[in-house]
Amino acid sequence: MSTDDKPERTPAEEPEFGSQLGGQPDDAIDVDPLATPPGEAADEAAFGRGEGVGDSKEVEGLSQGQIVWSRFIRHKGAMGGMIVLGLVALLSLTSMGAFGIPGWWRIQNFNSSGNVINGAAPTLKLWPFTLGEHPFGQDDIGRDNFALVMKGIQTSLLVMVVLGIIALLIGVAVGALSGYYRGKIDTALMRFTDLVITLPVIVMGAVLGKLINTLPDKMGWSYDVTQAIRDNLPLLLAIMLGLVLWTGLARLVRSEFLTLREREFVDAARVAGASDWRIISKHILPNAVGVIIVNTTLMMAAAVTLEAALSFLGFGVKAPNVSLGMLISQYQGAFATRPWLFWWPGLFIILIALSINFIGDGLRDAFDPRTKRIPSQRQMNKAMAQILNDNTEKAGAAK
Amino acid sequence: MLRFIARRLAIAVGLLLVLSVLMYWLLDIAMDPLDDLRTSPALNRDQLIELRVLQLNLDQPWYVRYWHWLTNCFQGNFGTAWRTGQSVNSLLGGAALTSIQLVFAATVIALLLGVTIGLLSALRQYTTFDYAITFVSFVLYALPIFWVAVLLKQYLAIGVNDYLNNPVMNWPVVLGISVIAGLFWAGALGTDLKRQLIVFGGAFAITLGTLCYILLSGWILRPQIGIVGIAIIGAAAAYAVTLIFSGINNKRALYSALTTAVVGVGTYVGVQWLFYYVPMNELWLIGLLLVAIAIALLIGWLWGGPDRAVSMRGAAVVAVIMSVFVYVDRVLQGWQTYMNMSAINRRPIATIGSQTPNLGGDFWIAQLDKWTHLLLPTIALVLISFAGYTRYQRGSMLEVMNQDYIRTARAKGLSERIVIVRHALRNALLPLASIVPVDFITMIGGAVITETIFNWAGMGRMFVTSLAQSEPDPVMIYIIITGGLAMIANLVADFLYGILDPRIRVNA
Repeated sequence: MSTDDKPERTPAEEPEFGSQLGGQPDDAIDVDPLATPPGEAADEAAFGRGEGVGDSKEVEGLSQGQIVWSRFIRHKGAMGGMIVLGLVALLSLTSMGAFGIPGWWRIQNFNSSGNVINGAAPTLKLWPFTLGEHPFGQDDIGRDNFALVMKGIQTSLLVMVVLGIIALLIGVAVGALSGYYRGKIDTALMRFTDLVITLPVIVMGAVLGKLINTLPDKMGWSYDVTQAIRDNLPLLLAIMLGLVLWTGLARLVRSEFLTLREREFVDAARVAGASDWRIISKHILPNAVGVIIVNTTLMMAAAVTLEAALSFLGFGVKAPNVSLGMLISQYQGAFATRPWLFWWPGLFIILIALSINFIGDGLRDAFDPRTKRIPSQRQMNKAMAQILNDNTEKAGAAK
Repeated sequence: MLRFIARRLAIAVGLLLVLSVLMYWLLDIAMDPLDDLRTSPALNRDQLIELRVLQLNLDQPWYVRYWHWLTNCFQGNFGTAWRTGQSVNSLLGGAALTSIQLVFAATVIALLLGVTIGLLSALRQYTTFDYAITFVSFVLYALPIFWVAVLLKQYLAIGVNDYLNNPVMNWPVVLGISVIAGLFWAGALGTDLKRQLIVFGGAFAITLGTLCYILLSGWILRPQIGIVGIAIIGAAAAYAVTLIFSGINNKRALYSALTTAVVGVGTYVGVQWLFYYVPMNELWLIGLLLVAIAIALLIGWLWGGPDRAVSMRGAAVVAVIMSVFVYVDRVLQGWQTYMNMSAINRRPIATIGSQTPNLGGDFWIAQLDKWTHLLLPTIALVLISFAGYTRYQRGSMLEVMNQDYIRTARAKGLSERIVIVRHALRNALLPLASIVPVDFITMIGGAVITETIFNWAGMGRMFVTSLAQSEPDPVMIYIIITGGLAMIANLVADFLYGILDPRIRVNA
């Protein structure tokens, strides 16, 4: 098949094809055209390794970002995760409101108690779909579980996003500096990373969580300050956890930088007079973005369960704020009598963590150039029939 | 090599010291030992505060207290948990052992299960089986451990205890488990549709038959293995081990494994006498295990032939399996007595604590009691970390299976078993050496939650309660021990990797 294809390829296509061949970033091609020797030899080698056909054919002429994106949106798990996460976020944000805008659920004050109706049982009916008075039931003092859980989801999402950003910034900064400059800076930063990574995150998290919880009382701060801290506890907790969780990312970014800084395009940039900052931010970082995105996503999934665990232990979010872990902890004694208080928060923790894990998995596959899509048997049969068809046509034409 | 270890140890000790300083400082900020007095309505509140400041030396800066604590530590005095007045040394003694026991058991089980299933998943890449395992491991990975633990307490423990008191067959559950087992084995072993159907039928029938026998014949109420069971297990182990490690055609390996099984059955009666007349302890058990391995190695050596190591290894594995089952058999012999003890009251699966207080009974009853308590927390920990190992092992195995040397091995005509076991498996297991020690630390972190839920008097719970009650000394010793373990784990990981992988230079 390859012999049939070759004459049809015009010389003008060569460089473009070459840039896809190595899966290399654009800088590498710009500064070092010798990286892909043009002509017959390269072509031969490419086809020998099965490139230029199938998957590689599909990505011809697309930029790196476009390839990653198209792979990502084809990943069923990741798309499922996106949809579930989107729906959960949408439900919780619209029902309880956010950014000062009230939501559509009638009980906006989630801590308000009420009359216990019908033994506090959930009124949610799937068919015909009705929410009823208290879709997820009530607790012993008549608080609406739906409002609590929805608010808890908001807390989880907030913690996840803020934590992700903080850990991303610290991790990338530390990893980039130590990987790029090496030497003393590297030793110092990596020793510091070792220090933080030594203890299990839950231990560090618990100490820091305890810290923000006790500090206002201990320091005797004014009522306004105390109140402000109380109200923003989830945010502060997220920042604190971000200060713990960056270590894994820093190590990965460092090792990525260590290999990338030896590449030719970095030398070229340096010869051209680019500053360190420019080399780091414009030349190396874009090439490490896959590792960074994937690991930040997976870390955010871990963060959801971590926050829940800390709140469960009593070192995380505390009343009047609400978090899914805190709800489970509060109601674990009520399991025998009111199991729904326990089921719903747990279910949503799993949904959120699971869908982010799937998204992370999809991103990993999308960024990994080694990932090959395995066509289904039907697609293989179809391709086989196509080849046979072509061959017979060509044979007919030759006659 | 020695220089490498010495250097790393020195760095580790230095890091540990810095860590202790930093954590002491953080704890000093985070803890508020006066919180209960601040809001106290007592008339002599100021006096009480003054007293406590004196008691805890709060008038001195934190680094002075740290120095005091550190010098005490070097003299073997780890301080006191001031709210109860207990010395940390006495708290720690049982707690450390309890925690390590829990984490160790969970790590071993998770490792065995996770690695095996990860391997199977990799060998069946892109099949429904692979996708199902991937999905399940993702779900397990996302499960919050505290949620699982509470569920286990509510359903598994209470369900099993209820069943033991009122054995009524729950047919849907039994059939469901059989179908799942059938599907699992069909996916794991089947290659084409016909074989899958045969494996499914076989696995379904065997599982269903075994479950029915266990439940209907009342075995579950009087669990025992006995000499017949040991003999069957020994023979099965001998065949399975030979099949996997050396191929059934290696007659010497097969005979040495079978001889080991026969010797194991032969010594069964003698061992029972030993158990009866000599009061046992853990040291005895480890000693007996070592003796069994030594005998097995000797048997393998005697059958020998040109490939002695294979026979010896197979025989040793069989000996370990049989020893474990002889131990289980002896522990189960105490089941009836245990069930009817007043402290147990026919509800053997414990949900709280690491042992039944005031139980009485001999070493074997204590062992049984330990296992019934370990059951639930171990399941909780295993479920969580199992997923990580599965994913990891699958990736590692896939990477190895795509290497050129695997193609070479196939090309020169080796059987698929040898390609997988000798060429792929060994290399795919290699990265575990650096993952497992580190994962042990994560497990210790997970144990913090598990111990809190199951009310185990372990280190994790000591950490949580002391942190909540603002007692720095127990928290500090927890941090030092965990940090020390982590350092050792990392050192072991590097060291193991350096030994196992010739591509790594350790003198760097």
